[in-house]
Amino acid sequence: MKTLILRWLPNGRRTVIGIPFTFLLLFFLVPFILVVTISFSQQQLGVPPYTPLTTLKDDVYSIALNIGHYKFLLQDDLYFATYISSLQIALVSTLLCLLIGFPIAYYIARASESVRGTLMMMVMLPFWTSFLIRVYAWIGILKNDGFLNQFLMWLGLISAPLRIYHTNWGVYIGMVYSYLPFMIMPLYAHLVKMDLTLLEAAYDLGSKPWRAFIEVTLPLSKNGIIAGSLLVFIPAVGEYVIPELLGGSDTLMIGRVMWDEFFNNVDWPMASAVTCAMVLLLLVPMALFQHYQTKVLEESKR
Amino acid sequence: MNVQIQERSAPAAGRQGKGFVQVIDVVKKFGDAVALNHVSLTIEKNELFALLGSSGCGKSTLLRILAGFETATEGKILIDGEDLARVPPYHRPVNMMFQSYALFPHMTVERNVGFGLRQEGVPKNEIAERVNEALDLVQMRRFAQRKPHQLSGGQQQRVALARSLVKRPKLLLLDEPMSALDKKIRQQTQFELMNILNKVGVTCVMVTHDQEEAMTMADRLAVMSEGEVVQIGGPTEVYEYPNSRFSAEFIGSTNLFDGVVVEDEPDHVYVEAPGLPARLYINHGITGPLGMNVSVSVRPERVLLSRAKPQQPYNWVQGAVKDVAYMGSYALYRVELGNGRMVTANVAGLVLSQGEAPSYGDEVFVSWSESSGVVLTK
Repeated sequence: MKTLILRWLPNGRRTVIGIPFTFLLLFFLVPFILVVTISFSQQQLGVPPYTPLTTLKDDVYSIALNIGHYKFLLQDDLYFATYISSLQIALVSTLLCLLIGFPIAYYIARASESVRGTLMMMVMLPFWTSFLIRVYAWIGILKNDGFLNQFLMWLGLISAPLRIYHTNWGVYIGMVYSYLPFMIMPLYAHLVKMDLTLLEAAYDLGSKPWRAFIEVTLPLSKNGIIAGSLLVFIPAVGEYVIPELLGGSDTLMIGRVMWDEFFNNVDWPMASAVTCAMVLLLLVPMALFQHYQTKVLEESKR
Repeated sequence: MNVQIQERSAPAAGRQGKGFVQVIDVVKKFGDAVALNHVSLTIEKNELFALLGSSGCGKSTLLRILAGFETATEGKILIDGEDLARVPPYHRPVNMMFQSYALFPHMTVERNVGFGLRQEGVPKNEIAERVNEALDLVQMRRFAQRKPHQLSGGQQQRVALARSLVKRPKLLLLDEPMSALDKKIRQQTQFELMNILNKVGVTCVMVTHDQEEAMTMADRLAVMSEGEVVQIGGPTEVYEYPNSRFSAEFIGSTNLFDGVVVEDEPDHVYVEAPGLPARLYINHGITGPLGMNVSVSVRPERVLLSRAKPQQPYNWVQGAVKDVAYMGSYALYRVELGNGRMVTANVAGLVLSQGEAPSYGDEVFVSWSESSGVVLTK
């Protein structure tokens, strides 16, 4: 009996796991369930601007699930195009981040130990300023009479200003700028712990430096590439601020659609349905990643 | 004895210029620190040559220069007559077995071993053939599809060996080959490794800090200290005739008696050591003036213990047994002399079993024969 009571008392292990678990439960799972319920309700004027799912009328408790919004999502080409466009913009941004971030991470990881900390600090320094302000600053740089165009015209490279602001180019620049640190950090973590004698072994066995990079360094940083790519890709799909501020009216991204449904149309159920569909869309790459991670873990344990 | 020593060193000097691997007056500096100070070595074809020394003596630096990972500040390295100074590691006919083995964790055993051949663009079927051959040599063929982390330390070592042999290098470098293995399997592995190397017939330079390992495996060895080669010779030569206090103390253990030369003839030397009742008599000559300060090295297994005063008028001293450590095949005695110094003596198991051996606290005479001491002038 005593042991039974003891068993249910919180012990250290449970407390440690329990705190983040409770946090996620309260601030992620509960709100998400609310969003899911709203997505099955109907729009109405009033507070809240949606109908309850359950009604109790004449002793009959009924649950009404409205799947109309989901049906609409599938039927309306605009939503489909928006999802595809979001995925595409996120994918291109991720690839650009990888192409730019890998050399940076590689350089920092191979730099002498005394400067590594400073260099990583510089990568993370932008986080000290508000994300919104930093994206705003890009407007000043990219707009037609902005710093970039003035500079290029002063150099004589172009005669008329480049139209970057309010185009997808602006979105890509903003995305790469904002998410680059998220790519660099996991890549750096993998590259810095790589055993450099493996490269020496490759050279010793007749491998030229670039081949050693492709056959040894790159495969060994695979997990860093996957982690960094997901860290960029997943938030990039749902990004709202960057396409809103830097993108044009033709820049279709799911975050903006959500915003419009929610604030302009006050259509909470539709906005919720759009959100749920996006979560489903993102669950696929995340599940793949998880599956891959456990496979790697199991392999190294065997 | 003096004549013999000279005979031994004479051909070694004569070999200069025709060795398979020649290290000529190599200096390596890291900033102000001198890692190698005018090192010269000659290694014969198919010889297993050991660089022996404690950490920081420069042995690993020399190995890395041979591999091409470091460049010598001064001096030359010739392998089979070819100057390697400007040849990058990936073009050298040299392969290395790394201390940590450095197996590629993302490749199977088979792909690890075949890596070097793939870099050379060897045809696929030939790669498969040569990889299998190399894996057969180290008896690892049935593990060909495993990843390195699925192998034990000994198995990983065999794969590393196969990988470094598969390209048939002119020179094989072994960096502390046994250091990552358990002590138990070390000795067996040493013999296996020697068998494989003999079978393949490859010139080998091995770096080790373990003198037993060097003595077991090497044909010849160089004792190194502070960036310089102290002595080069066969294991027996270095052990029996150390040329310096450093060699004598680094290879095995020894008793050193400091003294001055009082008589020096071609066939013998007398040394007077303060605190010893008798003079030291050594039956080989030295090159040096009378009155020179020298040390006389006497190996513990050459030291005799007796209760009765020895007949000989030289090479004896009196003391009391302070420690007895039973080691199985022999017992280690530590005898304290009158002046507080300790002398170590190994007493063979046979003597112990006859019940004649002295025990703790006994007054004993320590003595050794005229051929047991070696005069060290450095």
